[in-house]
Amino acid sequence: MNAVSNTITESTRPPDTGPTQRPSGRQPGPGGAGSRIEDSREARPPQVRAEVRNLSFYYGQNRALKDINIPIADRQVTALIGPSGCGKSTFLRCFNRMHDLQIGTRYQGSITLYPENLNLVGRDVDPIEVRMRIGMVFQKPNPFPKSIFENVAYGLRLRGVTRRSLLAEEVEQALRGAALWEEVGDRLHESAMALSGGQMQRLCIARALATKPEILLCDEPTSALDPIATAKIEELISTLRAKVTVLIVTHNMQQAARISDYTAFMYLGELVEFGQAGRIFTNPAKKATEDYITGRYG
Amino acid sequence: MENADLSHHIVSRFNEDLERARSNVLRMGGLVESQLALALRALLDGDLAAGNEVVRSEYEVNALQVSIDDECNRILATRAPTASDLRLVVAIIKTVTDMERIGDEAEKVGYIGSHHSNLDHAPEHYRVMRHLGGVVQDMVRDALDCFARLDATEALAVAKRDHLVDEEYESIQRQCITFMIEDPRTIRRAIDLLWISRALERIGDHAKNICEYVIYMVHGKDIRHISLKDVEKQLQAEPRPPAVLGGTELPQ
Repeated sequence: MNAVSNTITESTRPPDTGPTQRPSGRQPGPGGAGSRIEDSREARPPQVRAEVRNLSFYYGQNRALKDINIPIADRQVTALIGPSGCGKSTFLRCFNRMHDLQIGTRYQGSITLYPENLNLVGRDVDPIEVRMRIGMVFQKPNPFPKSIFENVAYGLRLRGVTRRSLLAEEVEQALRGAALWEEVGDRLHESAMALSGGQMQRLCIARALATKPEILLCDEPTSALDPIATAKIEELISTLRAKVTVLIVTHNMQQAARISDYTAFMYLGELVEFGQAGRIFTNPAKKATEDYITGRYG
Repeated sequence: MENADLSHHIVSRFNEDLERARSNVLRMGGLVESQLALALRALLDGDLAAGNEVVRSEYEVNALQVSIDDECNRILATRAPTASDLRLVVAIIKTVTDMERIGDEAEKVGYIGSHHSNLDHAPEHYRVMRHLGGVVQDMVRDALDCFARLDATEALAVAKRDHLVDEEYESIQRQCITFMIEDPRTIRRAIDLLWISRALERIGDHAKNICEYVIYMVHGKDIRHISLKDVEKQLQAEPRPPAVLGGTELPQ
């Protein structure tokens, strides 16, 4: 079932224009500079960065994901919600081929990354290449037992960046991007393990950002953090969407409502409902979604 | 939402909170309805006691409004309701405001009715209000019934009746103007009639608003400032928004 939509579709997509291309010459809104990003969001529907088509995933004989179809909007936050065991994390992990590390798993269908039309779960696609392009942040902060600087520089070094000045520049940029520079800029060579939980998580986000990922996957990034650290991460994710496409799994429904532009509700490995977050949380179309977000599952 | 299923939250206290707020709204609705009935009795039968009773019960309605608003604030702060729960709470907050205003308007009608019952303005002078009062009273009763039953279809039908009130109001205005032109001694009474008819007309508007909130609660559609014909078409064409399933396009 295809819903009515005005956004870009396969047939209307220009062949060589990436989603990063946006028409120029837009008028700033009446709210001045501060509201320009918001205004442009309002004015123009976002484009599709990745498209999941008929994705099924098997752990051995167990079919954990069932024919998922979902578009991932460029430079927007898409949240996945659903009860435990519904396949949110499994789905998220398909994007960077985390399942390949486990024997007996199988993908079916496709996740097409635009503009190159790269099928992330294709057999002929190298998972290492996929992971180079898709960053991930996990539930518990997991910095390497190294200095703050080395944590962020790690991915860059792997990619062959050796010039110290360039590394320093990129590390600073990533730390600023993760709203951590102000707090750690003067002690970059101290151990990352000495940071607070919230800082460690932002360091992990900085580490993921340093390699300039096309999509940032977040698997419950705040579930191990206190409310203040959570608020900082949420704020960070909201600002990140100006630069990177974010896909986030969260158990916290209010968090999904607060930070996401699009929300997908999954249940028993199926996608039940997908839509703009504002609508999902005020007027969901499916009773299952309604029951879940209003806390009526018994 | 059609089933008004407030009783299946995992957190049972949440059920109780919502149920309490909703039943308080119905209680307030009952009070307002009887206020209006008393006001009309004061006006049409010259019943002074009824008029005084309207003024007295105004305090009770106001107190209920404040307590329901408090309860809703607490629910918003502590339960962070979503979807139908959120719409219910929002609709309650709006509904009590309209109900309180119905009470205020009824108080005006009752005040004029009782104030003038022992003057030379005999109640028969207000008989012209009987029909308008009846239509408005029915609208308020039916709007509150729709709220209690979450009946959006009936709510739309009740909202449509507002035009009858408007027509009646218009006709009373014309009559009053005619009286005043014919005999300036009737100006005082005609002005009273205008005040009363204006108050009743406003009550009709508030009843219509309540119907709109019922439709919002049930369908999640905000139909304010849209013509009722368009609303009807929209509700028939698409009672619920589509769940975007299996699509590969971004939903709007």
